[in-house]
Amino acid sequence: MKPMFTPAEIRKDFPIFAKTMRGGNRLVYLDSGATSQKPISVLNAEREFYELHNAAVHRGAHLLAEEASSAYEGARETLAKFLNAEVDEVVFTKSATESINAIAYSFGNSAPGSKFALKAGDRIVLSELEHHANLIPWQQLAKRTGAEIVWFPIDTEGRLDLSKTDELITNRTKIVALTHQSNVLGTIVPIAKLVEAAHAVGALFILDACQSAPHFQIDVKELDVDFLAFSGHKALGPTGVGILWGRLEYLNEMEPFLTGGSMIESVTMTEATWAPAPKRFEAGVPNMAQAVGLAAAVNYLDSLGMANVALHEKELTSYALKKFSDLDGVNVIGPKNNIDRGAVISFEIAGIHPHDVGQVLDQYGIAVRTGHHCAWPLMKKLGLVGTTRASFYVYNDESDVDALISGISEAKKYFKV
Amino acid sequence: MELDSLYQEVILDHYKHPLHKKLLPSYTAQVHHVNPSCGDEITLNVSIQDGLVENVSWDGVGCSISQASTSIASDLMMGKTLDQALLIVEAFSKLMSSKGNEKGDEDVLEDGVALAGVSKFPARIKCALLGWMAFKDAALQSGKN
Repeated sequence: MKPMFTPAEIRKDFPIFAKTMRGGNRLVYLDSGATSQKPISVLNAEREFYELHNAAVHRGAHLLAEEASSAYEGARETLAKFLNAEVDEVVFTKSATESINAIAYSFGNSAPGSKFALKAGDRIVLSELEHHANLIPWQQLAKRTGAEIVWFPIDTEGRLDLSKTDELITNRTKIVALTHQSNVLGTIVPIAKLVEAAHAVGALFILDACQSAPHFQIDVKELDVDFLAFSGHKALGPTGVGILWGRLEYLNEMEPFLTGGSMIESVTMTEATWAPAPKRFEAGVPNMAQAVGLAAAVNYLDSLGMANVALHEKELTSYALKKFSDLDGVNVIGPKNNIDRGAVISFEIAGIHPHDVGQVLDQYGIAVRTGHHCAWPLMKKLGLVGTTRASFYVYNDESDVDALISGISEAKKYFKV
Repeated sequence: MELDSLYQEVILDHYKHPLHKKLLPSYTAQVHHVNPSCGDEITLNVSIQDGLVENVSWDGVGCSISQASTSIASDLMMGKTLDQALLIVEAFSKLMSSKGNEKGDEDVLEDGVALAGVSKFPARIKCALLGWMAFKDAALQSGKN
């Protein structure tokens, strides 16, 4: 194992931490669940691509086209290694949202009777934890096909009620699409048994890894899922790039979602046939600089070691949960213990609306997320209008937790609660 | 502290003790407005007879700014003519887009001027406008009914 890193040293690699925030404070960035900050190596990789290698990939016979193609395909290899996947199984999209839509639309475009086609009475299994991005594409697919959506309920701490597995995953189930880690509560969903259950009834398992892939080691072979999506910008990478991973035999059987240049095998005035994956799902000139930037981000994470990243976040979460448990009038929403739990802490302060909490914290340079976190059904289930959420990453340490705790005290003083 | 320009005492008062926050059973128009980015929701009833705003009542959930602002707006509109009320909404909207450069006319906006500081915080302007836009919507619908 690589030696453990020091967050204070890590922050030096991220230019944004030199910024002075409101009230003359340093930046305490606790919103990596929304988007992570970017190390200089990622910014340089993007800049270097434009400065030295910019050309449209997979076209043209010139040197720059060669260099751009090799940088872009090199990025794909880096991402494949990161996921322990085959290179051709890694599709660059613009976002995780697009990745999940690509799967849903592709399934919707399938010929009746195909492995991916849905019909009235088929079931799509989700959970109450889902982010809108892993909910609405399935709602829409259900609407178009007559399929039915069913979901795992959660308990009061935000854990899936797995006793419902046999009731939910049945012969009617075609798709099981679950989050790996709740963006709101931090709950890590133990998927192994659910993947087995899905496969036992011939259903496809789709994993929303937006909150997991940036934070702990993902091995698609070991997870045995069929599809996986995550976004680059939550994993130290640029915006505008996401990953769609799928088993190669499935990707090569699926109908495309976006059509146009680059994704074809041959074209006539009336018809076209599709290139094999990954190109089948990469219509148009792709987001080359962003893909290269994401590869630099993954290299940065690799240099720290994903096991170290996970351990660091686990320790920091333990520290934060302990500090929170000492606070009066502050309630942590989500798992109270640190088992199967990511570095995300949602909380409410009695008598202060989350937006007002966020506003006071901002005065101290502390950036948190407030509101429903794109998980409105989850908020309704928990009977909340929203929460304040602190999410941690490689550049955070105990001093950030301490700043948050003291900011919470200031908010309570300010609003006299 | 910069925060004090946002949270004036009068706002915190309205937040803790909101006015007209109980839906009246009779109304000429009812609207339900949500702020999809943050989840704030209000239901607002108006009674407008012969061009006069006789009653405004509301209920909802939201941050101190949206709750206080709706409280201020509902109290201010009561007893105004529809035309006056719409001019006041317009004056408030203009104040919210002033980026902190205007103080607002206290003769027109009364407690509403306490919200002037909100215009310096782009993310909170929609909070302050929620109740006012709901009122405007309801008032215009009421005219049509």
